[in-house]
Amino acid sequence: MVQALNSAMDVMMARDDTVVVFGEDVGYFGGVFRCTEGLQRKYGPDRAFDTPIAEAGILATAIGMGVYGLRPVVEIQFADYIYPATDQLVSTAARLRYRSAGEFTAPITVRTPCGGGIFGGQTHSQSPEAIFTHVCGLKTVIPSNPYDAKGLLISAIEDDDPVIFLEPKRLYNGPFNGHHDQPVTPWTEHPAGEVPDGHYTIPLSKASVVRPGEGVTVLTYGTMVHVAMAAVAESGVDAEVVDLRTLVPVDIDTIVASVTKTGRCAIVHEATRTSGFGAELSALVQENCFYSLEAPIVRVTGWDTPYPHSLEWEYFPGPRRVAEGLRRAMEG
Amino acid sequence: MKNSFPLQLHVPEPAARPGQPPDFSWVKVPAAGSVTRPDISVEPAAIREHAYALIRVLDNNGAAVGPWDPKLDPETLHRGLRAMMLTRAYDNRMFRAQRQGKTSFYMPCTGEEAIGVAQAMALDHRDMTFPTYRQQGLLIARGWPLVDMMNQVFSNSRDRLKGRQMPVMYSSKAVGFFSIVGNLATHFPQAVGWAMASAIRHDDRIAAGWIGEGATAEGDFHHALTFASVYGAPVILNIVNNQYAISSFQGIAGGEHTTFAARGLGYGLPALRVDGNDFLAMHAVTSWAADRARSNLGPTVIELLSYRASAHSTSDDPSKYRPADEAGQWPLGDPIARLQAHLVALGAWSDEQHSHLTAEVDSEVRDAQREAESYGTMGTGEHHSPATMFDDVFKEMPWHLRRQRQELGF
Repeated sequence: MVQALNSAMDVMMARDDTVVVFGEDVGYFGGVFRCTEGLQRKYGPDRAFDTPIAEAGILATAIGMGVYGLRPVVEIQFADYIYPATDQLVSTAARLRYRSAGEFTAPITVRTPCGGGIFGGQTHSQSPEAIFTHVCGLKTVIPSNPYDAKGLLISAIEDDDPVIFLEPKRLYNGPFNGHHDQPVTPWTEHPAGEVPDGHYTIPLSKASVVRPGEGVTVLTYGTMVHVAMAAVAESGVDAEVVDLRTLVPVDIDTIVASVTKTGRCAIVHEATRTSGFGAELSALVQENCFYSLEAPIVRVTGWDTPYPHSLEWEYFPGPRRVAEGLRRAMEG
Repeated sequence: MKNSFPLQLHVPEPAARPGQPPDFSWVKVPAAGSVTRPDISVEPAAIREHAYALIRVLDNNGAAVGPWDPKLDPETLHRGLRAMMLTRAYDNRMFRAQRQGKTSFYMPCTGEEAIGVAQAMALDHRDMTFPTYRQQGLLIARGWPLVDMMNQVFSNSRDRLKGRQMPVMYSSKAVGFFSIVGNLATHFPQAVGWAMASAIRHDDRIAAGWIGEGATAEGDFHHALTFASVYGAPVILNIVNNQYAISSFQGIAGGEHTTFAARGLGYGLPALRVDGNDFLAMHAVTSWAADRARSNLGPTVIELLSYRASAHSTSDDPSKYRPADEAGQWPLGDPIARLQAHLVALGAWSDEQHSHLTAEVDSEVRDAQREAESYGTMGTGEHHSPATMFDDVFKEMPWHLRRQRQELGF
């Protein structure tokens, strides 16, 4: 997935000379996760460069560049470090189009690795997507595989609104299904691991039905798509697994069509539960599919605690917990 | 080891409070013309004392003296005087309009007119500005129509911002005036980003940002100076020290033991401190900084020493926290009166011409207000349809906003 993301930026930098890439360690070194490797060598230091350790400064200068007419793609090294930039994102990037009635816009893409599973403790494991989905004017995208990652990132860069692009870091090197005690299979053995070289897009706000099924709809995204698939295989429940891909604006049509068909819904995310994006999904399902529901909506999520270092796998909503959730959704 | 005395917290206090006589004895005002004017290619380290000095051109007799004299021709000076007087007349009318219930809020820049006006005139009209809410002089000096500004203040049917922004939060892409934001300081590093973009594109336009001395305490100020310094961004970083952040005197922002210009020194940036009520000095330092930026010599920090003669806003009552007649005692005087005196000293202006111009700008503002009010005010007349509330959140309106618009009845 690292190569897919790199290819998306490479393709866009080649096609559009207003695309610039910057962030901490992203220039010469190519990023701590190697996502921007080679871009500085290929496009020069004024289009791919290192920045001071100042997330608010990174976002602010990106917004200023967007106002000028560039399309900055910035990397926040870990989603856990995005908070210093919150004022820039929430108060300015998200609302610039609105407050200036379209005179000024910030067509920026903010890439940031999220999620746990690498023993990153509470400062390298968070999934803060719900903070951004609550902000009007931001789009929030989370890919679950290399093919989607490239197509979605190109769409995000081409989009004229600010996009928060969360990259589940546990998926960088393979389709991690939550079985942390088993070897990870590489993306090369996964059908979505094959990524075309050139330009292609996956439209924002379009979910993907990863597995059709009749019993229960699983609404999920990011790493948890693969965990859900493992849970489905292990539980034998005939679930329809929906990878939302874009959280805001969410693909309501796919959600409604699926839940109306199955009559049951389980929501699975790695982030903490309270006021998580699952709460919004649950409300949407209730508002739009109430008369189709045969059982209460189930949420399987990270616990409402900081991500603990040594107890990572007790925190992570792995296949066993997801399978339990599926069974609960089938019982009601 | 035990302390000899219990520890004590130092909370800065201004020299005078209400009921006390104004005290500006702490403001050191060097003679006009006494500060050297270095070449733009000077090493920042060689002019560190400029961050503690005060560049002044106009002396007490209205003469322009010293190396910073920009030697502007009388026609340019007339234009500057007119734009400052128009700005003041505009502020006075809009302040009254708020008191008459025609809008919810207003913020004048009385006493600080030289800042927006002189700097707009020193910059190229294509340069991008990232102002605060007190640089309406930029718009006026760039010839932006008063009616359009008033439409915004009145949130009326012709308000291009569709009634979304509080009064004075103007936006005008056409004249390079960035949308004003209430989240202080956020625009300051954005100005640096704009300037970096201009450099990345090998453009010839530069950026200028303004920030109040109070907001220099925000982290975004530090980010602006860091990024500007690291990347040599072609940007002018103006700190307007008007002595007050609402009720807090500049000591609360960290100005008690040093100058705000000196903030730039730690970043290796050249920093100038200038008499902000001296039109000529303002023009000169801005031109110097602009020349540096255009010559790939990087950013300049400028502290503009001024005084907020009016209330912070229509919601503020300065008599609650500062001596009533403080403005009249401000040692750097009034920018309009000082430029007027200079023109008179040059023999290029008379009292009669001044009265005539006063009447002319008043009538221009009155006419503009009459027209703007015909498009509605906050309380009366036409406004944008509530349906427009859902526009411009995103470029394309997504399903959830369409549904919410329907829920509202549109």
